[in-house]
Amino acid sequence: MAMDALNPPRKSGRTGSFFNDPKVRGVMYQAIALFLIALCLYWIISNTVENLHRSNIASGYGFLNGRAGFDVGQSLIAFTSDSKYGRAFIVGLTNTILVAVTGIITATIIGFIVGIGRLSNNWLIAKLSLAYVEFFRNIPPLLVIFFWYYAILSLLPLPRESINLPLDTYLNNQGLLFPKPLAGDGFGLTLIACLVAFALVIGLVLWSKKRQAATGRSLPVLAISIAILIALPALTLILSGMPLTFEVPVAGRFGIRGGSTIGSEFISLFLALSFYTAAFIAEIVRSGIRGVSKGQTEAAHALGIRPRQTTRLVVVPQAMRIIIPPLTSQYLNLMKNSSLAVAVGYADLVAIGGTILNQTGQAIEVVSIWIIVYLSLSLITAAIMNWFNARVSLVER
Amino acid sequence: MVTQNPSFVRRDILPPIAPPTKTGGVVHWLRTNLFATPKDTVLSLLALALLVWVLPHAANWLFVNASWSGTDRSVCSTVAQGGIKPDGWSGACWAFVADKFPQFMFGRYPVEERWRPMLVAVLFIALLIPILMPSVKHKAVNAVLLFGALPVVAFVLLLGGVFGLPYVETPLWGGLLVTLILSFVGISVSLPLGIMLALGRRSTLPVIRLLSTIFIEVVRGIPLITVLFMASVMLPLFLPQGMTVDKLLRALIGVSLFASAYMAEVIRGGLQAIPKGQYEGADSLGLGYWQKTGLIILPQALKLVIPGIVNTFIGLFKDTSLVSIIGMFDLLGIVRLNFSDSAWASPVTPMSGLVFAGFVFWIFCFGMSRYSGFMERVLDRGHKR
Repeated sequence: MAMDALNPPRKSGRTGSFFNDPKVRGVMYQAIALFLIALCLYWIISNTVENLHRSNIASGYGFLNGRAGFDVGQSLIAFTSDSKYGRAFIVGLTNTILVAVTGIITATIIGFIVGIGRLSNNWLIAKLSLAYVEFFRNIPPLLVIFFWYYAILSLLPLPRESINLPLDTYLNNQGLLFPKPLAGDGFGLTLIACLVAFALVIGLVLWSKKRQAATGRSLPVLAISIAILIALPALTLILSGMPLTFEVPVAGRFGIRGGSTIGSEFISLFLALSFYTAAFIAEIVRSGIRGVSKGQTEAAHALGIRPRQTTRLVVVPQAMRIIIPPLTSQYLNLMKNSSLAVAVGYADLVAIGGTILNQTGQAIEVVSIWIIVYLSLSLITAAIMNWFNARVSLVER
Repeated sequence: MVTQNPSFVRRDILPPIAPPTKTGGVVHWLRTNLFATPKDTVLSLLALALLVWVLPHAANWLFVNASWSGTDRSVCSTVAQGGIKPDGWSGACWAFVADKFPQFMFGRYPVEERWRPMLVAVLFIALLIPILMPSVKHKAVNAVLLFGALPVVAFVLLLGGVFGLPYVETPLWGGLLVTLILSFVGISVSLPLGIMLALGRRSTLPVIRLLSTIFIEVVRGIPLITVLFMASVMLPLFLPQGMTVDKLLRALIGVSLFASAYMAEVIRGGLQAIPKGQYEGADSLGLGYWQKTGLIILPQALKLVIPGIVNTFIGLFKDTSLVSIIGMFDLLGIVRLNFSDSAWASPVTPMSGLVFAGFVFWIFCFGMSRYSGFMERVLDRGHKR
């Protein structure tokens, strides 16, 4: 440039004072920020150490080996009051995962139905779906949980006067009782048959895809898969001599004995989370389907593809690309909202952690366990959904 | 070229089809919107059946059978339950809500001092309405009064202890008062904090970026309850002996920090949506970082993400209900507390209280979402693609 010849650049490259150099300033700001945070941390840590020392609380995770001394209403793994604190945490974790997974499945189903309903040409269905979404989006999830717990489930009859449902199932204000399956000798064969059936179905799907790509002919994959999944384990069960019995709940004078129970705490939490999150999922589904341009549908129709196949092969795959990322964050929200269990006494991670915190006073350790568990659950869910997202996302050059 | 006329091309002209019988009116509307196909007809009939079954029951329970006045549980329970209603009766217990209404609004705030929260509410509404109306001038003065002067006045009025006002400690505060305080403070703190965090996360300074990212991701990864537990059990550990933080203040800190992480992500979305040319244009005008951000980038970015910001506000408003778990009595907490009041305990009390609380929450949240839609239209400059 001509200007460069007239004004040769100065050696240092700086034009003003040392402190006006953006680089120097940047380093300075960061150093100040780090220094302030270090100071803050030092203050907090020294206070904490002093407080712990004064109140004689031994820090560290040694307390996990202590005797819990409390009972848990509902647990997937064996737990008594003699178990250790560490095991109590695992019970809480499994309970959190249980309600999160079942809630996610139900919320997805309801959400997709309502979301598609909002796009229906049927005026009544569209308005009903809109009412559902606007209703649940604008009230706190905790209120929905309370509603199920205090206003619906606690009004069910006492155990003595349980409602008798078909299949030896009973409903009362304690929860839902159903026959408890008891595995006898040789039941392992049936489990193996289940796994084999599962593997067969995966193989069938892959093979039929390959065959369709090669010959253009398709198989009724869904029907065959369902047949395999049901027939194979059932056959094995019958051939191995029915090693499965049920412990049927029996109505007695003072209530019902035997069988398995799903507590009303779980039911209210599960229903509330499902219904609440479904409203958000419905909006995501609606925007995803609306996001697929009309030209895609019209082009598919022009190619002679039938409406049902258009939806399945053209619209849904493209809509999924829009739906997956916000759906992931809704799943994460549902998982985090499952911590509201503590409000109705369902023994999830936070509720059990709270009990342990009250008993032992190990606040820092308990809170750190919460943070680590929830962060890793979030990261795992996000990783799975990102993997799925990468599979369905647009392949660009 | 085909020289011959192929057999599949029609040679004679078809007679015209009759025009559609009707393109308007109720019957046509019903036919296109409710009974277009057999499947539609079935769905419509099912939905109608559901409505016919639910709506009369709901109306009956909420209004016709409801018990509107009374002084204790007898008006809301059947003879078998020890009340005066005939057996088999079920209806809303509005008498309970009416009796507890002052408590639902103010918690256990002393009765003779309740003019103070009411005065704060009046001031709040008087300042809030003009700031929400785009046509009213002097927005700057209004904002300073609302976010600068009102909190001070409200603090002095509500807490008291000076100017001859009796001292009212915060554990006595409750009901909608606490819900609104938590939301107002949460909203006014989380927006600026969220903006700073979003800018920090997009900063070119690696340390600032890392710190902001860690804060945002950790807070977004854990449930609000753990944050509140942290604020209520760990904060006392972090402070030197003798220094205590008020419970309400702890909840405020927890809620604000939590919401600011979500706010930061929403605003980051807006910052990323601003084309690079805007940044470069500001640079070429010789604007510094803060001038560029404050005058060029943020006004555009914030406008883009109004729906997201308001959604975060709504989420925060709903989340304030969680403070009842750490032993504070916001609207939902105080409603729940009153279920166990033996003077009013009846099978319909919980449902009535929850319907009332749900209605209040719903009105606020629905209002906010409607207002955000309105603001989007007002601020729309036609730049949207």
